[in-house]
Amino acid sequence: MGNTIKFVQGNEACVEAALYAGLDFFAGYPITPSTEIAELLAYRLPQIGGKFIQMEDEIASLCAIIGASLTGRKVMTATSGPGFSLMQEALGYAVMTEIPCVIANVQRGGPSTGIPTHVSQGDINQARWGTHGDHAIIALTASNHQDVFAMTVEAFNLAETYRTPVILLFDEVVGHMREKLVLPAAGEIPLVDRLRTSVKEGVDYHPYLPREDGRLPMSDFGGVHRYNVTGLVHDMWGFPSTDPQTVHGLLRHLVDKLENRANEIARYREYHLEDAEIVMISYGSSARSALHVVENRRQRGERMGLLELQTLWPFPSEMVRQKCAHAKSVVVVEMNMGQIMQSVKLAVAHPERVFLANRIDSNFITPSDIMNILRIIQGKGV
Amino acid sequence: MAVKDYLRERFLPHMWCPGCGHGEVLGGLVRAIENLGLSKNEIVMVSGIGCSSRISGYVDFHTLHTIHGRALAFATGVKISRPELKLIVPMGDGDALAIGGNHFIHAARRNLDMTAIVMNNRIYGMTGGQFSPLSGENISATTAPYRTIDRGFDVVELAKAAGATFVARSTTYHVQQMTETIQKAITHKGFSVVEVLTQCPTYFGRKNKIGGAADMITWFKDNTTPIGSKAKQENAALIERGIFVQIAAPEYCEEYQKVVERATKGRK
Ligand SMILES: Cc1ncc(C[n+]2csc(CCOP(=O)(O)OP(=O)(O)O)c2C)c(N)n1
Ligand code: SF4
Repeated sequence: MGNTIKFVQGNEACVEAALYAGLDFFAGYPITPSTEIAELLAYRLPQIGGKFIQMEDEIASLCAIIGASLTGRKVMTATSGPGFSLMQEALGYAVMTEIPCVIANVQRGGPSTGIPTHVSQGDINQARWGTHGDHAIIALTASNHQDVFAMTVEAFNLAETYRTPVILLFDEVVGHMREKLVLPAAGEIPLVDRLRTSVKEGVDYHPYLPREDGRLPMSDFGGVHRYNVTGLVHDMWGFPSTDPQTVHGLLRHLVDKLENRANEIARYREYHLEDAEIVMISYGSSARSALHVVENRRQRGERMGLLELQTLWPFPSEMVRQKCAHAKSVVVVEMNMGQIMQSVKLAVAHPERVFLANRIDSNFITPSDIMNILRIIQGKGV
Repeated sequence: MAVKDYLRERFLPHMWCPGCGHGEVLGGLVRAIENLGLSKNEIVMVSGIGCSSRISGYVDFHTLHTIHGRALAFATGVKISRPELKLIVPMGDGDALAIGGNHFIHAARRNLDMTAIVMNNRIYGMTGGQFSPLSGENISATTAPYRTIDRGFDVVELAKAAGATFVARSTTYHVQQMTETIQKAITHKGFSVVEVLTQCPTYFGRKNKIGGAADMITWFKDNTTPIGSKAKQENAALIERGIFVQIAAPEYCEEYQKVVERATKGRK
């Protein structure tokens, strides 16, 4: 039997993937351009006995899925800019309490209500630093529907592996565009379930005592182990603590468990990088235009390549440095004022060779936009 | 089981000031659970942030100490995910009705089977004595040095209007009644709200020159009366105690099952 082929919106690809990954609890609040995710799940989840609830706002939506995750479910919410802003406090709570959850942010133009129906990639740094305090986070993105599917499954797998919220930073173009999606067969993509404790009933279970490999086996709420979960700095029992050593240990654990594994978490695609003198770096829908330009220039014999980032956070600095090691110039293509460019500059050996090709007027960045900017960078004039 | 079997001795002593009413609510709550003979494994307590919310750390249930005002939203996720669990959500007055007011009315509207306990000391204890939406007018607080002009909410009226199917009020003076009321609230199928008037001697008592804990508890005795009592008819200013609403209505998790049935009809 062959795979099912569908012609769908990116938001629908995200839904198909979430269900494939085992999503069985969704809470959300409508907002353009992410609403289709909630609408489709309202239809699909009850069919498989899963839970769908429309909450009173985005704060409540994220809080509800965190609660459900603690009982052992795979959970998700979906939103866009203003809703993502409202979620920041609860996002930090999920980071601090290490509760797996997936948050899709289908980006639109900001700040504030901005341009609801137009594209932007302006929430990249918000995903990294939107919630207060030192912490680490995982954020993934994709430029086409097959990758939307793959990255959504990855998001669930990484959330369950590292006990962390994972943010899917899609954008309006990818979310609303229609293209082909080949649904993988069951079992084709490996799925990760959270590590559960093997500690027996009646034996002390330490919910926040990391194993040697940094992982924390969980116990479902409602199960045999009763423990405390708090957003306050806590000890291995999950009880509030102000002991400096405990504070230090917890913060290091929260950051190190992801930042030290940036290489493992890095997902990316590369095109013609082998001998590239100009390396373009892009992600999300912008990467579609960047790829178009690269293929076009290659045909004319220009040594140009594309590094398409799928993991944005933790930023894969080491990988980016290596891929750009021989580049005469690095051109970051994005629809914001250089949010990923900043991280690229910090990563590479020659930040002065890093340029920005962007568009911020709410229109999609086209191949000719990028070509015009390239001509300037290359000193060829407009 | 004895009361102490419901407490986490490792995490005691508690952080409350001497004379704080929150400990009495803890006592009443644990006795209610003991009387009902509930298993500790079937209870999930979810709280927000505030002195009152610290109650969840001291009890030996599944406990989720969350963020300010959002306890009911977290509890909603737990309950819908696992309807067989008993959800108890203690909240401070600021927690429940200022920052958490929206979640409060929506949880009541849905009639989810859980028990919300509003520990109303009419002040923000944890942050040091600012006024709350339940302080009412003419109250001294650190953010109301010239006394409050804000009108207060009536928790009972608000819960009723929002659709809660069990609504009651008690005080830390009436410990026996408080325990029985909480017991009934936990047994009630649907969203139950119990407002407990409780004292914060450290801030509310001192700022408003009411005196210490004993004086504040006496105030509850002198200024409250059973619902519909003769005393109330003679003195409208008295605050009524008792069960105001206790009705049967469709519960959210049960209704959700109907959605599942409709969605799966005709499918294998
Ligand atoms: C988002 C947010 N805003 C403000 C605070 C600060 N804060 C902590 S507890 C609290 C109010 C506590 O009052 P109440 O809920 O009445 O409980 P009590 O301490 O009196 O028991 C406030 C404002 C916070 N923790 N989070
Ligand atoms: S400040 Fe008030 S509410 Fe907080 S513990 Fe002290 S007496 Fe209780």
